[in-house]
Amino acid sequence: MTDKLKEVKLFLGPQHPGMHGNYSVHMYVDGDLIKKARPMPGMLHRGFEKLMERKLWMSNTALIPRICVIEPDINEMVFAMGVEALAGIEVPEKAHWIRMMILEMARVATHLFALGGIGGPTGIYTSMYWAVAERDLILDLFEKLTGARVYHIFIMPGGVRKDLPENFLDDLSTYLESLEKKLPDFEELLLKHPVIHARTKDNIMLPKEVVHDLGVTGIGMRSATGVAYDLRKVKPYARYDQVEFDVPTATYSDALTRIHIKFAEIKQSIRILKQVIEKMPAEGPVRVPIGTGNALKIKVPAGMIYTAVESTRGEYGYFIVSDGSDKPYRIAVRGASYPQGLLGIEKYLPGTRIDDAPLWMDTMGVCSPEIDR
Amino acid sequence: MKQSKSMFSPLKAWKYLVKEPVTVSKENIFLTPREASDRYRGFHTNDHSKCTGCGTCGEICPTEAINMIVLPDQPFEDGKKNERPAIDYGRCSFCGLCVDICTSDSLRMSKEYIHTSIDVETFNFMPGENGIHNTYQKPGYGRDEVSELLDLERYEMKHENASRKNSFIEIVKGFSTEMALAESSRCVECGVCTQTCPAEMNIPEYIKTVYDGDLQKGIEWIYKTNPMANVCGRICTHKCETACVIGNRGDAVAIRWLKRYIVDNTPMDQYEAGALAYVTEKTQGKVAIVGSGPSGLSCAYYLSTLGYEVDVYEKNALPGGVIRYGGPEYRLPEASVIKDITMIEKAGVNFICNSELGKNISLEALRDQYDSVFLGIGFSYSRPLPIPGSDNKEVKFAIEFLGQTRDYNRNMGEMPDIQDEVVVIGGGNVAFDVARTLIRLQEEKYGKSSVSMAALEHRGILPADLEEIEEGEEEGLNYSFGYGPQSIEIKDDAIVGLKVKKVNSIFDADGKFNPSYDENDVKVVPAKQVYIAIGQMANYDFFDEEMKSKIDIFRGKVKVKDNGQFDNYPWLFAGGDIVRGPDIINGVATGHDAAKAIDMYIRSK
Repeated sequence: MTDKLKEVKLFLGPQHPGMHGNYSVHMYVDGDLIKKARPMPGMLHRGFEKLMERKLWMSNTALIPRICVIEPDINEMVFAMGVEALAGIEVPEKAHWIRMMILEMARVATHLFALGGIGGPTGIYTSMYWAVAERDLILDLFEKLTGARVYHIFIMPGGVRKDLPENFLDDLSTYLESLEKKLPDFEELLLKHPVIHARTKDNIMLPKEVVHDLGVTGIGMRSATGVAYDLRKVKPYARYDQVEFDVPTATYSDALTRIHIKFAEIKQSIRILKQVIEKMPAEGPVRVPIGTGNALKIKVPAGMIYTAVESTRGEYGYFIVSDGSDKPYRIAVRGASYPQGLLGIEKYLPGTRIDDAPLWMDTMGVCSPEIDR
Repeated sequence: MKQSKSMFSPLKAWKYLVKEPVTVSKENIFLTPREASDRYRGFHTNDHSKCTGCGTCGEICPTEAINMIVLPDQPFEDGKKNERPAIDYGRCSFCGLCVDICTSDSLRMSKEYIHTSIDVETFNFMPGENGIHNTYQKPGYGRDEVSELLDLERYEMKHENASRKNSFIEIVKGFSTEMALAESSRCVECGVCTQTCPAEMNIPEYIKTVYDGDLQKGIEWIYKTNPMANVCGRICTHKCETACVIGNRGDAVAIRWLKRYIVDNTPMDQYEAGALAYVTEKTQGKVAIVGSGPSGLSCAYYLSTLGYEVDVYEKNALPGGVIRYGGPEYRLPEASVIKDITMIEKAGVNFICNSELGKNISLEALRDQYDSVFLGIGFSYSRPLPIPGSDNKEVKFAIEFLGQTRDYNRNMGEMPDIQDEVVVIGGGNVAFDVARTLIRLQEEKYGKSSVSMAALEHRGILPADLEEIEEGEEEGLNYSFGYGPQSIEIKDDAIVGLKVKKVNSIFDADGKFNPSYDENDVKVVPAKQVYIAIGQMANYDFFDEEMKSKIDIFRGKVKVKDNGQFDNYPWLFAGGDIVRGPDIINGVATGHDAAKAIDMYIRSK
């Protein structure tokens, strides 16, 4: 009788302030300790991969950003890269720089959101308010550039949708300066905070040995193995080969280290953005047509291709198959948070406390819509 | 990063307590919403006066949020449908692809982004110029040349260069497969063309077959409404291209040349299978067709597909009418005409040539022998020009001359008797056909050419197609447009020139034809022959007295019901020039309509 009472089943999510998105973890707990954790995905399954087979190549550009809500631009980028590779077209120089700028702005916004997200489970709500407000200022910039705050639908196969609006780079520059001024305060508030240290140091570990078995990429992998494997470096796309930046790494992956690396990546993204402002071509086309005809009739030559970019959570890729018609034959998405969001939860949450589960979701980067698709 | 030593260090954040918030306070959102950016993708606005109802916005829409709603009160206009887009904001994802692809530049997005209601119906609305709440909204996202999703530039076909005037070789070369594919992929399949085409051809459908590479299907689609595929693929007046919505912002899709691509490139066995796909056994009855021009052929073909025995009577030696004896070889090669007529013959139509109504056949006899009679006699006589000297034997008429030339081209007759310096009166397409045919014959006979043209209309209002005027100029025509012919100057029974006077206006204040001239601007265009191409007419002498009194003939055309049936003679039908005036595609359309009406008439007899 007493044995049976020991284990209690708790639901973390989908309706829970500590949960990231419509996702759920069933936890079997003994007191505060998690004994067993079962991830429950599927609540955000919208059948995107199948849906994409029914939509025109160009119409798909409006669907795909929804696969990852907080960082939609990576979807647009991998889709565009894949279509361009299949169609065999070269994107204009200026479009490459604009794309890189968008991707880095999105990276800053996503990392800020994640840093804010630590505030919830640790009780430091100030960090949430600050981070969301800072992110909002990036969304303002996105709105100015693309016409939308979240789903930008701006990186199109063949380039980008429009040229930069007037004085956009000045606005970006002003924003980056203000953000840089704010970063030391974030440090004080989060990284040096005694509560954060108490909760995250030597806790919520990702063991070095299991990284490759799980298939974890991105910050999870870099924080555990010390390997500077970043697609922007090892297989540069856009114009990442023409800007200087470092890839922060560590060899001990507790939650605190991962928070630190996120913070360091924000600084590197600011560094990249500053170089983009400096090197952005003043003139030149930003888009070339893919094939002939209007958007309803565009056909992509038959073939298959895997394209990937470095998202905030790791390698994010699309496997695109075209049969030469006006719609994709098959698109498979490699969601970057798949390993840590499913198997990672199941294997490495047991042994931690209940209140550590949301911190795993946040610091490992688990984006439920990209798991479910 | 080391943990802070002081437990008060996080309190540094308190310095932000006195700073202005970066966020908007909640109570002001609805009263004074923050103004969105200039590119903001908010609620749609649509300029209904510009919108053509083409529905392309709905085609590209990734969420199928746009539905085309029929507006019964919308006046019918060529090139516009009476439909307008309604947007379901329960589905809309505000991607703006609809704005980028809008063919008429009418749809765009506003800066408005707030709409709250407990009534779900309000989220599905048809945007007008003032957006969802009918209040003026600042414009947001709009299309520019970078975000353009249409292909606006036409893929031009190759033309023969200026040396073409030495021969009757076809001027316009056909599309290559790649070019046809590229051109067909410019179509948005809206169907505005179908609505405008007199024959209501299934244009988007057959263009799609080029895009899909299924040409036999294309032939089937074409033959559903038009058995003169080769002819119309070359010399149709292409009202469809005038209506084409791509033409609103760019070059219209080359519909006519795509049709020509289909008929020229389908293998013969597939062509035949497609063209004869709907032909049935002859079990229904017998119909006589008088005249084998476009309307007669069209009527004959469709009656044949409906199972009637059809005899076509033709006054000339070869069937075809205007397509055999009218349009010159360089625009309409003989092989195309033969291909069309052969297909119609294979559909079971019987041709009886050298039989002219009123001469060796009579209307009464046809009425007695057949269940129904269709008149497609066409405007096959030239309109005379009563000016001094027009009775000279060197005054020639367009229709006769063009017919003679076609016979000469197919080695069935002598070369027409032409002089080395001539003038053509008229400014329509037929006048240009005559003039440019004359150039070719002169080059052949004399090695040089000298052809002048005179017409009442000045160049800006000339009824002929622009391409005719430009190509004629390339070939060396001398234009005297805006000069009205006064008299033919004759010396010793031979023509020496045409006296013309500058035209001030063609119509008087009441809008009646009454040209006024500038008496001080008179000149003589030197010429040894004068060709008159100021219009055609029909000869109705075969109607007996009773019929003449009962049939209403107005401005050379007979008055019939919409389906071609004569009011007082239910067994008699008419189509083509004598109903709608000279135009091939109208001929095809009236022929088809009459075929359906004849079927109805015979079945209900």
